[in-house]
Amino acid sequence: MGLDNYKLAMWTFLGSECFFFGSLIGTYMSYRGKSLNGPYPLDVFDPAVTSISTFDLLASSLFMVLAVHYAKLGDINKMLGWIGATIVGGLIFLGFQYYEFSHFVHEGLTLKSNLFGATFYVLTGFHGTHVAVGVLLLASLGWAAKRGHLANVGETTEVIGLYWHFVDVVWIVIFTLVYLLEYT
Amino acid sequence: MKPTRALLLLPLLMVFLAACGGDHPMSTLDAHSDLTRSINVIYGRIFWWTLLLFILVQGGLIYTVMRFRATGKETTNPEQVHGNIRLELTWTILPVFILLHIAIPTVSTIFESQAPASDDAVTVNALGKQWWFSFEYPELGVVTANEMHVPLGQEVAIRLQSDNVLHSFWVPQLTAKRDMVPGRVNHIKFKAEKLGEFLGQCAEYCGDSHALMKFRIVVDTPEDFAKWVEAQKAPADTVADASKAGFDAFQSAGCVACHAIRGTTAASIIGPDLTHVGSRTMIASGILENNAANIKKWIMDPGEVKPGSKMIDLNLTSEQADSITAYIQTLK
Amino acid sequence: MATPAAVPHTPAVGHSASPSGLWSWLTTVDHKRIGILYGLSALAFFVLGGVEGLILRSQLAVPNNDLVSAPLYNALFTMHGTTMIFLGVMPFSAAFFNYMLPLQIGARDVVFPRLNAFSYWLFLFGALVLNVPFLIQPFTQGIDPSSALAPLTRVIPDGGWFGYAPLTTKEFSPYLSIDFWVAGLQILGIASMAAGFNFIVTILNMRAPGMTFLRMPVFTWMTLVVQFLVVLSFPCITVALVLLLMDRLFGTHFYISSAGGDPLLWQHLFWLFGHPEVYILILPAMGIVSEVLPTFSRKPLFGAPFVIFSGITIGLLGFGVWAHHMFTTGLGAAADAAFSVTTMLIAIPTGVKIFNWIFTVWGGQIRLTTAMLFSLGFVGMFTMGGLSGIMHSSPPVDLQQQDSYFVVAHFHYVLFGGAIFGLFSGIYYWFPKMSGRFLDEGMGKIVFGTVMLGFNLTFFPMHFVGAWGMPRRIYTYDEGMGWEQINLLETVGAFILAFGVLLFIISFFRSMKNGLPAGDNPWDASSLEWITTSPPAVHNFDKTPTVYSDRPVWEKNHGPGPGYSLPEGDEHIHLPPPSIKPLIGAVGVGLFLTSFVLLNLTNLALAVTALGLALTFYSFYTWFLEPGH
Repeated sequence: MGLDNYKLAMWTFLGSECFFFGSLIGTYMSYRGKSLNGPYPLDVFDPAVTSISTFDLLASSLFMVLAVHYAKLGDINKMLGWIGATIVGGLIFLGFQYYEFSHFVHEGLTLKSNLFGATFYVLTGFHGTHVAVGVLLLASLGWAAKRGHLANVGETTEVIGLYWHFVDVVWIVIFTLVYLLEYT
Repeated sequence: MKPTRALLLLPLLMVFLAACGGDHPMSTLDAHSDLTRSINVIYGRIFWWTLLLFILVQGGLIYTVMRFRATGKETTNPEQVHGNIRLELTWTILPVFILLHIAIPTVSTIFESQAPASDDAVTVNALGKQWWFSFEYPELGVVTANEMHVPLGQEVAIRLQSDNVLHSFWVPQLTAKRDMVPGRVNHIKFKAEKLGEFLGQCAEYCGDSHALMKFRIVVDTPEDFAKWVEAQKAPADTVADASKAGFDAFQSAGCVACHAIRGTTAASIIGPDLTHVGSRTMIASGILENNAANIKKWIMDPGEVKPGSKMIDLNLTSEQADSITAYIQTLK
Repeated sequence: MATPAAVPHTPAVGHSASPSGLWSWLTTVDHKRIGILYGLSALAFFVLGGVEGLILRSQLAVPNNDLVSAPLYNALFTMHGTTMIFLGVMPFSAAFFNYMLPLQIGARDVVFPRLNAFSYWLFLFGALVLNVPFLIQPFTQGIDPSSALAPLTRVIPDGGWFGYAPLTTKEFSPYLSIDFWVAGLQILGIASMAAGFNFIVTILNMRAPGMTFLRMPVFTWMTLVVQFLVVLSFPCITVALVLLLMDRLFGTHFYISSAGGDPLLWQHLFWLFGHPEVYILILPAMGIVSEVLPTFSRKPLFGAPFVIFSGITIGLLGFGVWAHHMFTTGLGAAADAAFSVTTMLIAIPTGVKIFNWIFTVWGGQIRLTTAMLFSLGFVGMFTMGGLSGIMHSSPPVDLQQQDSYFVVAHFHYVLFGGAIFGLFSGIYYWFPKMSGRFLDEGMGKIVFGTVMLGFNLTFFPMHFVGAWGMPRRIYTYDEGMGWEQINLLETVGAFILAFGVLLFIISFFRSMKNGLPAGDNPWDASSLEWITTSPPAVHNFDKTPTVYSDRPVWEKNHGPGPGYSLPEGDEHIHLPPPSIKPLIGAVGVGLFLTSFVLLNLTNLALAVTALGLALTFYSFYTWFLEPGH
């Protein structure tokens, strides 16, 4: 068959993840506008800030593409550089999320305050966890690649890249449905 | 194999023997309302189709196995048939017609039975509790528990609600089943077609005493129903001295914290309304006959009668319990 | 087409003799050993779930019985359902996936052998989390209900296998019972999904040369469909459980109506998983039956492509019918009608399968071995369950049958008469391959007769009490409802059934030691597992076969085609070395998820969380760097 084992496994895993995030996003959407009390989305959202973090995550996807490109060419040094850039992009996103969460809590939005709080934190929290796991995977990849532990750097980088892009795409969906939809 | 096969008939035989005797007060097969009758029309249609298919498949299977048993003397393999397109198409397409025959009355009954009730329907708000039912007739000013009265031949619209866990309202011969879901209002409408008492029971697992959450619907003639409504609307009679002493015991023991008796100061809606509890046939949500011994047993040790009961054990003395029991029995 | 059937990226470690001892089992990555572990665990839990069922039946034998208390009865029916589904039927199927699937496709192992071991150990961890409460409960009865340890007074899961909110929220179940259940299911879900990814890649990438999709054995096909159902449906219950855990631990209101939450959200998410789960349970058995009927009729499977496509169709439709479990909840007429029609549609592919099975047997030379009897029994009993299923596909009829004993009868015909009969058939069919010996055929027929009699005596009458209005999940009932005789009859049936299973277990262990020796292909069957030795060598195949037919072994023996061929010369065989990392990883993940349960009691649980995460990371990182991965 055409696909490498790990790549195929990653694709099936991502299929499974679609149902995971699908269920979470479905829950968010079915409870949208059902909160009995505030703070409501428009009370806390700052679209400028979230747009920047979204752009940052998108940029990290570009870095990931470049990392895969150089990994396939066998240029480990350049690959490591772009992996580093991707990690930084991920960390910046997580930093924004930390800022956003603490700002929202400060505004009075907690897990307990209403359905919006619960669905928002659980959905974006799980997405953030996925980004964090991605950063961990990238760091492990960089470490192992540098030490020469990996049999096939190109394939491994590509497989982890798939995950990273998926996490980005999920964020695009979340950004659209959770944030942008409030401004239509 | 032969004796085994004969043995297989045994359970069927025993079931039919067991099925012959006795009456079944909650049988879904005896429909006594417009709603349950319409359900049984569909049920009957499906039943005959499935019986036909059952005989076809089981008969075909047994016949095939008996006819094509290996003898052990075969010298060649059987013909290696891989399939037959025409047969495949047949048994893919034929069932569509059977399913249509079932689906059409199904869909029409779904829409008819879920249409809004008519304006002159008797409305009842049914509230599921752990583990009893509250019935309120908003237009008639009646509140009762566990025994719903309805008039014969008139449409009844039940609004089902719960403020705790899920319950399901089920009187097999009259209403079929609908869940009571916190945060939602569900509806049942039906016209009773027979006088008498019809048993019901909660049909959604709701905790410890789910099995003991019973109730009944009493179908009265319109005249009897009107009389019942009049009697239920009246406040409790607590003028007599004996009653006065009983009410004092009721109050001092703490029963008032949960129960209402209209005409007195007891007004809590946590437990069942007891204004006319003496007029009900059963107590403790349909599990004990309404008599002095049972009332005493129930109020002295609620957890024993109904596991996990929300009615608190008030550590009543025997005298207190007797006094309260006597009082409760006067609440006709 | 398929890549060569060696584990890729694997340095050569050469042939190794089968080692023994406890350590070799803890570190094994051999799919056959893992299959055996799954099988024995499933058997143990099947017996446990059966004992729970017997207690339930004993309680209901007579009206107003007080053999067990109401809370204990509720815990027992919760655990009976949970155990039979997640710890009985699923791992029983997994035993066959593990043992037979690589053999059937001509592979030397699954694609990720360590992930496979990890799945098993995680499954075992989850199973223990669910059942350890039975051992704890006796010691926590004396705890003062007002103390901080009060949640420990009820630890056996008791919210029903379906765990409907809001009964399972903290307000109505302030005990650890629900937390143990949540943790156990969460762990089992991850174990199943990990196995799912593994099997999907194995089937797609590890097939022997020449084995196109339409040459794949039907059991392999059904396994593939099941694994897709697993990886796509389990995330839904994972989310449902996460939200429940959030409600219980962190005060959210996902299922709490007073804050705007909707209890039906649980039901949607649960049945979005729960209905595919039904097919996860039944499709493997359908695959087994599709192997056994042709073998003992000495004919090919009639209309094989139709049987396969029916299986795929059932799997797809399985995601579009979940709300038929919710006809009583008041979804509205339009939704009821739509889900009713999609549900009825499932009858079509199911019927196609049944007719094809009958025509497979038609015109054959039927040998009534025990495996064949159970497969024929499957067709008969499953049909019964399918037909009663058509009844409650009609929402008005379902309004009478839902949550009554009629439904209990229905799904036991599907899951016992269907799934378990199919799995028993598989045991009798493949036992010679796994042990090199026959499973006692004489006793097998007695087992079949007893199980068949007991099964029907237990569950057929339930249609009647159900129609007579007996609700499910009631620990007691009154005299005078007309339910007494039937319930007694069912209880007698249950004990006959249990006796049949007991006979099976005795004969199973006796035959393992003393069974008559079987050759490599005792049934004259058709798929690749039968060209290996019985039991197969550690590396399965000395040489990787090239396949030319959907019945390679049959055609090799009986023509007309060559069936399969073996390459010239010696093959270099790669096998991964044993590893303890999967076990450590499973303990890590298990501890991590179980620690949430204990967070109810003490913040020290956070230490367990950290330990679990550390073990997980350590094991995963080093396992990827261990040679031979």
